[in-house]
Amino acid sequence: MLLIPCPHCGPRPELEFSYGGEAHIARPRQPAELDDAAWANFLYTRRNTKGAHAERWRHARGCGRFFNVLRDTTSDKILTSYPVGAPRPDPRAADSAAPESAR
Amino acid sequence: MADADRPWLVPLPPAARFVLQGGAAARAAAAVVWGVDLSDQPCRAIVHEGRATLWLGPDEHLLIDRGGDDEALARALEQTLSAVPHSLVDVGHRQLGFEVRGPRSALILAGGCPLDLHPTRFPVGMCTRTVFAKAEIVLWRTADDVFHVEVWRSFAGYLTELMSEIDSLLPRMAD
Ligand SMILES: [Zn+2]
Repeated sequence: MLLIPCPHCGPRPELEFSYGGEAHIARPRQPAELDDAAWANFLYTRRNTKGAHAERWRHARGCGRFFNVLRDTTSDKILTSYPVGAPRPDPRAADSAAPESAR
Repeated sequence: MADADRPWLVPLPPAARFVLQGGAAARAAAAVVWGVDLSDQPCRAIVHEGRATLWLGPDEHLLIDRGGDDEALARALEQTLSAVPHSLVDVGHRQLGFEVRGPRSALILAGGCPLDLHPTRFPVGMCTRTVFAKAEIVLWRTADDVFHVEVWRSFAGYLTELMSEIDSLLPRMAD
């Protein structure tokens, strides 16, 4: 089981979380102005990253909050977590920038 | 009441319960009526004379009053909170509480709860929403070997029967 560092609660078992897919995908402000291809692109196209992947998690059976995680998809190692709205950390710096509770 | 077969399980009497969602202004206003501060620190409960506030999330607290009059408390809270953005929900009839007590309490809970319950990681005064097997619970350590568990009523039978089974499988030790 993964231990996921919630920014509020500290490291907690994966069982308490729900996965929210790739992070930093902004919903178009005026969906009606998009054509079908652009809307389908927003809905379905993802990076399928090999390596450091920014993804959303929700501490659904804990504090209830969404936050973002940087996870290496080849090792499953979680590099850091950060609040929604914060920029994606540099994965090379993320290891040392991880909160104490996340190590 | 605790029965002879499982003295470690103590159902708690009915209580008034509310979930309050709101920022610092709502917390401060509610604390005046409730008589207990609402923790800013994550996963901490504050208790005073039968009334407790439990941190559930950054803007979410569970308020418990053993034996309190839920309708009178709801009116008083609504009145004092009327000027600040908030959400107040009476959950007193949704869930119930019991205590898991004694030297085996952490062991029994560890049979279904994935958290580290060692006193250095889950000290007295810590509380959190979490899971016990398939059921969502609120777990609060009120003393070294006493845990207060809140659970939705329809899960209570499942929870207590599973705890009994875990207890029966644990190696006996001198209680
Ligand atoms: Zn959390």
